[in-house]
Amino acid sequence: MEIPYTVHPHPVTGIPNGKLGIWLFLASEVMLFGALFSSYILLRVGAPSWPHGYEELSVPLATFNTLVLIASSVTMVMSWASLKLNQFGKFKLYLGLTVLLAFVFLVVKAFEYGHHFSAQEFPRTSTFLSIYFTITGLHGLHVIGGIVVNSYLLLPGSKMWKKDPDRFANRIEYAGLYWHFVDLVWIFLFPTLYLL
Amino acid sequence: MSVESAEDIKKHVRVYILVFVALAVLTVVTVSISYLHLSTGWAVLFALIVATVKGSLVACYFMHLISEKQIIYWVLTLCLIFFLFLMFLPVATSSM
Repeated sequence: MEIPYTVHPHPVTGIPNGKLGIWLFLASEVMLFGALFSSYILLRVGAPSWPHGYEELSVPLATFNTLVLIASSVTMVMSWASLKLNQFGKFKLYLGLTVLLAFVFLVVKAFEYGHHFSAQEFPRTSTFLSIYFTITGLHGLHVIGGIVVNSYLLLPGSKMWKKDPDRFANRIEYAGLYWHFVDLVWIFLFPTLYLL
Repeated sequence: MSVESAEDIKKHVRVYILVFVALAVLTVVTVSISYLHLSTGWAVLFALIVATVKGSLVACYFMHLISEKQIIYWVLTLCLIFFLFLMFLPVATSSM
């Protein structure tokens, strides 16, 4: 059975079903991270004292990671643009770079976590560290999810380009929307946890 | 996004590069402001302003929200209402 409206817009919504689906998913993700940001505000406002992020965490490493994620967002959108320009080789290059940059982000994050653990700093150590590990840990899981999806689309999933290029380009656009959202969350996480 | 020509896509690519530069510069700006060690109120205000500008650039240009269909805007408006409620709930209840 053929799945309807994967390429052509649905007559009611004006967009393909996949696009509406990914935006609804992202809306639920906003609420998931929103709940954690709300918890952060509640904990911070209610605490008698709260450490400055820049005293507890590594700002240079997080700044580097911010630039890495921003760069990965650019390579992601460039991979989609390459497909639209019918340049499959460039698409593979840009999507491959996106996956590579995601790994770089995780390696830096693992280094940060390792530093905390070796200094006997765990989620149970303080309220600040508990919310830090919870939010960055959930964000890290989203990065891993992005790596899995993008790696699939880069390798076995890219076979679709030959038989149904429009549908494949849409898949890359939806994977890109998810990846930009992961970047967007970090853009707010970075100042909230590290700079304030 | 609607169906676009190769020329349109090439224009988009130029915009993506400009947005990348703007995001990198704003990252440096937000880190530089943090080194001024302003009072918490001003630090939160500046950090949120810069983060909102950066987030808007990503949403508008990388996620193509600047040229999306009406239904996406409706979904996101509903989402924004609930999100703002979540954000203001702890601040409102903390003064009780």
